[in-house]
Amino acid sequence: MSEAVGAAWAHLPEYLGWHVVLSLSAIGAGVLVSIPVAVVSARSAAMRGPALAFANIVQTIPGLALLALFYPLLLGLSSLTRATFGFGFRALGFLPALAALTLYSMLPVLRNTIIGLRGVDPAVRTAARAVGMTRFQELTLVDFPLAAPVVLAGIRTAAVWVIGTATLSTPVGQTSLGNYIFTGLQTENWVSVLFGCVAAALLALLVDRLLALAEAGLTRRSQIRLIASAVGLVILAGASIVPILARGGPAPLVVGTKGFDEQLILGALMEDRLRRAGFATERRDGLGSQVIFDALAANDVDVYVDYSGTIWFDDMKRGDMPSRAQILKQMTQWLARTHGIRCLGRLGFENAYAFAMRSDRAHAFHIGSLADLASHAPNMKIGGDFEFFSRPEWRAVRRRYGLNFAVERQYQPDFMYRALLSGDVDVISAFSSDGRIAQYGLKLLSDPQGALPPYDAVLLVAPAHAKDGRLIAALAPLVGSLDLKTMQRANLMVDQDMGKRTPEQVAGILDRRISDRVPARLTARGSGP
Amino acid sequence: MAAIMIELRGLTKAFGERCAVAGLDLRVETGELMVLAGPSGCGKTTTLTMINRLTEPTAGDVRIDGVSVRDFDPVALRRRIGFVFQDVGLFPHLTAGENVGIALKLARTPKPQLNARVSEMMRRVRMPSQEFEGRFPITLSAGQRQRIGIARALAGRPSIMLMDEPFGALDPLTRDELVEEYRTLHESLNLTTLLVTHDMTEAFLLADRIAIMHQGTLVQVGTPHEIATVPANDFVRALVEHPRRRARELAWVLGASGT
Repeated sequence: MSEAVGAAWAHLPEYLGWHVVLSLSAIGAGVLVSIPVAVVSARSAAMRGPALAFANIVQTIPGLALLALFYPLLLGLSSLTRATFGFGFRALGFLPALAALTLYSMLPVLRNTIIGLRGVDPAVRTAARAVGMTRFQELTLVDFPLAAPVVLAGIRTAAVWVIGTATLSTPVGQTSLGNYIFTGLQTENWVSVLFGCVAAALLALLVDRLLALAEAGLTRRSQIRLIASAVGLVILAGASIVPILARGGPAPLVVGTKGFDEQLILGALMEDRLRRAGFATERRDGLGSQVIFDALAANDVDVYVDYSGTIWFDDMKRGDMPSRAQILKQMTQWLARTHGIRCLGRLGFENAYAFAMRSDRAHAFHIGSLADLASHAPNMKIGGDFEFFSRPEWRAVRRRYGLNFAVERQYQPDFMYRALLSGDVDVISAFSSDGRIAQYGLKLLSDPQGALPPYDAVLLVAPAHAKDGRLIAALAPLVGSLDLKTMQRANLMVDQDMGKRTPEQVAGILDRRISDRVPARLTARGSGP
Repeated sequence: MAAIMIELRGLTKAFGERCAVAGLDLRVETGELMVLAGPSGCGKTTTLTMINRLTEPTAGDVRIDGVSVRDFDPVALRRRIGFVFQDVGLFPHLTAGENVGIALKLARTPKPQLNARVSEMMRRVRMPSQEFEGRFPITLSAGQRQRIGIARALAGRPSIMLMDEPFGALDPLTRDELVEEYRTLHESLNLTTLLVTHDMTEAFLLADRIAIMHQGTLVQVGTPHEIATVPANDFVRALVEHPRRRARELAWVLGASGT
């Protein structure tokens, strides 16, 4: 427990720093945009309706979806500016998070500012005109000072929302306190999840108190309170930027990972090796399959591990199924030709989609293959991860074997295994390299008609580093170094409840084996098979 | 004949179908205190606000010292004219002193002059700045607030004062006191004042001349004596008769109980 807390503490300056910088920037941008719109809207009903409707609609979009939507939007915009003006920008990370959170912060600021301005006594506003104030003086000397407490109350609401929602910027590649929550969920590290939640809550509370101080300063005309509030916010922002700037130096290499344990282990492993080779690195964890591939092609991510079948189906849009070696060869050529992406080669293991059942249930129904499953499917429930049911592999399998399940349910991977064990679902879409298949003694169903492609783990390098000898030399030893047993054991060490290790610890163990040129064999602690 | 400070020529304001002010002609002489009197809703306030362009007329013109107000920038015009409201309209977020100094602040008056002028104006309305400068309007009585309102209107050294029922919301004692004090201020500062009221007693006690309005038009303009002795029609007669009758009733009631 204390070890887990210690590990979480070590990340705090970076995660908290980014979280503060991101949140404060978004709130600041939100206020800068909302106030002029509110000033016009307060006087014009024709403007007020549409402005508030827009802010309301933005608010109804779930935070995660709003953040995710900005990535393709910015990616398109970036390629547009690259084509027209010759420069692009990073569509992953800070920008989409900032844009989405800025929009998210608008409603309370907009609404409160409009209410505040419209609430100013008409007699006072007439007096302002009668003493000879211009419209601008009326606004700055009378309207805003009188509306300030209401406006600030709106900013406080926005601040609390933004700081909470900023935890969702992890999947679009922006480091935040959400990293604790997302990676904690993946590895069932509840200490990490709790740590992230508490840190975000405390930060929200602190910023809210500082803004409350400013609000009190305005209503009671207390300069001391206003100054204290401003100083507090400046110290907070300054203290957050320092650890980020301190990391400065050359632009770090970005190591990307998708959202599951194996990817976190491999991400840490690559990071270890790159750092030893003298590179500065940073991580983008928990990215979706398509986001991470596009990001690599756009050089927003420099290196990550993908799986041959995923690229074959998703990106090459191939429906045919040649041999494993052919797929690997054609994929490598296609990546280089169409995107300039360099495939360094197979890591050695395969992480295929595989359908798994509890052994006792499989035995009772005499199910050993996907073909056997067809007649039982209409009475069964299937569980998959968030992607699975919209993936082409699932469509291919359904078509080939005529599978029609009574119920399809989506789970976060850890909960998917629990659902299977507890009987909530009968079949799940597991991953062949998952250590839990062996741990729980699950039955993997065979694929006699070959509907599922091979999923060799492959190391991909972004176009910008395709000829970077130092980077390739640092990562090349990983090629062919991890067989399926090793990866399953490694995954289990992170997944298991007893003797749980962090992905970084497991990566360290793998790294030492690879560096010692000893065939990487691991023994899982606890009740491994 | 004295110079004309404010001249209204065929001044008209229509709100949709309704004509609030219909073709008003009126001349206010320099140094004069004219009271614009009449029942509620007769167009008095609308007339007043057209002079400093808080309201734009539908037709007709206002001339200040011979120059049409249309030739002034509205903001510059308003800074030259003092305006006092019935509901006072003090800025609640500013202190009494800051309220008095607001017009000077807008004119970018240097701080020492501004402070000196604020102190002087507050002394003039008998609100010593040592005691009242830092007080917020909410902590003042209605009479004190109106004194500050008058000081604010006077701080920018206007030659014209427009007053919209300035004493209407005050208790009778405070009101009598303030009416008298304003009359003194008007004379010592050489002001030209146009004051709107529906209270004929106040009009008689305060005015050099009274202009009586009824349903958007002027019915009679004259000295209090002229109005009282030669009312132009039954409407004016009724208006004049009211304070007279009250005075008689009072004399009788007080006389009867006094002996």
